[in-house]
Amino acid sequence: MLNIKDLYASVEGNQILKGLNLSVKAGQVHAIMGPNGSGKSTLSKVITGHPQYVADSGLVDFEINGQMVNILGMEPDQRAREGIFLAFQYPVELPGVPTSEFLRASYNSVCRHHGLEQMDPIDFDGFIREKMKVLEMDDKYIDRAVNVDFSGGEKKRNEILQMAVLNPRLAVLDETDSGLDVDSMKIVAHGVNLLRSKRNAMIVITHYQRLLNYIKPDIVHVLYQGRIIKTGGPELALKVEDQGYDWLIKS
Amino acid sequence: MEQEYKYGFVTEVEMDTLPKGLNEEVVAVISHKKSEPSFMLDWRLKAYRHWLTMKEPHWANFHYEPIDYQDIRYYAAPKKKTDGPKSLEEVDHEVVKTFEKLGIPLSEQKRLTGVAVDAVFDSVSVGTTHQKELEELGIIFCPISEALAKHPELVKKYMGSVVPATDNFFAALNSAVFTDGSFCYIPPGVRCPVELSTYFRINAKETGQFERTLIIADTGSYVSYLEGCTAPVRDENQLHAAVVELIALDNAEIKYSTVQNWYAGDKDGRGGIYNFVTKRGLCAGHHSKISWTQVEAGSAITWKYPSCILRGDHSVGEFYSVALTNNKMNADTGTKMIHIGKHTRSTIISKGISSDYSHNSYRGMVKISPGADHARNFSQCDSMLVGNNCSANTFPDIQIKNSTAVLEHEATTSKISAEQVFYLQSRGLNKEEAISLVINGFCKEVFKTLPLEFAVEAVRLLEMKLENSVG
Repeated sequence: MLNIKDLYASVEGNQILKGLNLSVKAGQVHAIMGPNGSGKSTLSKVITGHPQYVADSGLVDFEINGQMVNILGMEPDQRAREGIFLAFQYPVELPGVPTSEFLRASYNSVCRHHGLEQMDPIDFDGFIREKMKVLEMDDKYIDRAVNVDFSGGEKKRNEILQMAVLNPRLAVLDETDSGLDVDSMKIVAHGVNLLRSKRNAMIVITHYQRLLNYIKPDIVHVLYQGRIIKTGGPELALKVEDQGYDWLIKS
Repeated sequence: MEQEYKYGFVTEVEMDTLPKGLNEEVVAVISHKKSEPSFMLDWRLKAYRHWLTMKEPHWANFHYEPIDYQDIRYYAAPKKKTDGPKSLEEVDHEVVKTFEKLGIPLSEQKRLTGVAVDAVFDSVSVGTTHQKELEELGIIFCPISEALAKHPELVKKYMGSVVPATDNFFAALNSAVFTDGSFCYIPPGVRCPVELSTYFRINAKETGQFERTLIIADTGSYVSYLEGCTAPVRDENQLHAAVVELIALDNAEIKYSTVQNWYAGDKDGRGGIYNFVTKRGLCAGHHSKISWTQVEAGSAITWKYPSCILRGDHSVGEFYSVALTNNKMNADTGTKMIHIGKHTRSTIISKGISSDYSHNSYRGMVKISPGADHARNFSQCDSMLVGNNCSANTFPDIQIKNSTAVLEHEATTSKISAEQVFYLQSRGLNKEEAISLVINGFCKEVFKTLPLEFAVEAVRLLEMKLENSVG
């Protein structure tokens, strides 16, 4: 579904990714771990198309209508409509924009792209409340402005709600566990697990093994200095948790 | 990709023009050309003589090149073939085509959509629709020159009663040389069934436009008036000094909405309209109400303070404003709420959006007079900055001379960021939709006071202007 080949990428002139390779198949959950500054967030931004993160060379191929297409030239919204989703490490506040209105605009733009029927506010309200129930979320904040005066946990849960609404084929979760207490993390992980399917794939970026107790990855990668230096199963995450990154970096 | 001014085209029509310059003879010729009653000429000359004693005001928060008032042409009218067009067929074909390009259907289509149009092409009205329907209700809606001929007593009674001919430099100039504009009178107890609208369009080269609008809502009546403006690309700065006067008698309500999108100059600040406007409403009667809603998105310079004098007890004044500046535009806009009557209430909601190298100032006054017992005011002034090179200022002036007054004032400053746009894009919305959502959220309280068709137009206008400024 996703095939990254020899990717070099920079932000503000500093090259962060230096020859990264990654292949993700439908149905898989990949975890990406690594110390600060290794390029984890940069990878998520390059996949989703943040304008400040520039790919210098290499390919990011994504399966669209059964074909692998290099998406590096596509706008972030085009990628989103094709089924790529980023759960933000720091969700952005949108003063004055009601959460329900934002979610509906987003949902309808994806439906429109795929020739599916769009939802009016009343139908959407039912749809969204159902999603929130499944995710065990309090529905009081859907009338509030997006992420404004949300707690850290609420912001992250709001990201998962957006993911549930858009039902992406590839979800990239950028340190979704940062700033969460254990209870919030369980709710978030529960939401993520509900969205796992044979059709969907996920890339879970995290500092800590803790989240991976709740979201079981199929494959674990360690990213260091812009390259994947080690790939393994869930046991790799446990080893990193136990021993840190030094043994990998030195070897 | 830079969005060029969409309405930048010039119509070629034979013009009947006066030479450049201003003196008593020019004032007299204008009055004569409009076949005005003699009291009008006296009024104009008085205004002109007073204007000569006045100085151009320079207290606003912007600078501009000095205006040479002798280098302006004060009268230009599309040439008449007979005494004036009796129907659309008689209107100059080029003129009609211009309106079509602007999307202003001067036809019966408008009747179906419920808007009567008194279209002003340069300085002379070229056609009026809906006349009959309005006439049956006793509503007078016509060019002000026609009102002077047909209803001189009404004009004489009210013109200058809210904005005196000597009020300020630009109002005095307007009083001396105004050429046309709209007149509207709603008789007692009548609720005007359509939204009245006027499209202004500055066209002739180096021609200042001096419009004069007078709206009177008699006892217990209601009217909603829309004003929308676009003008073609010009290199020279064009002066515009309009005057709008509103009068609401007992229990009457006037809602006045504007979308202003005159040419604002290029991105280096060359060209563009100088817009010095005096707009003021008088809530003369008890329980009367005047609402100003404005979306200011054009002009190189905007100097405009639609105000309310709340003289009647229990009268209500409202001001809702979105002012957007980009490139090197300057806007200094706001309102005055003058509370005189008892239990008077006013609301001010101002949203300023500045981007690129522009300057956007809110200037507002709330004055509670000694006799204005239990007056209330709520003011909210929010600024949004797009980019790091623009500025936003707020100049509130509050004068309270009555201890029973209750006033609230809120102000915020925020920024639209590339991160917000990326966030929305990553949810499938394209850049335009993303900006639109953020701007709509910011301006919501103002847009919801606009008539629907205007709200749609206003949103599109702001999107278009901000497209290149974000990210």
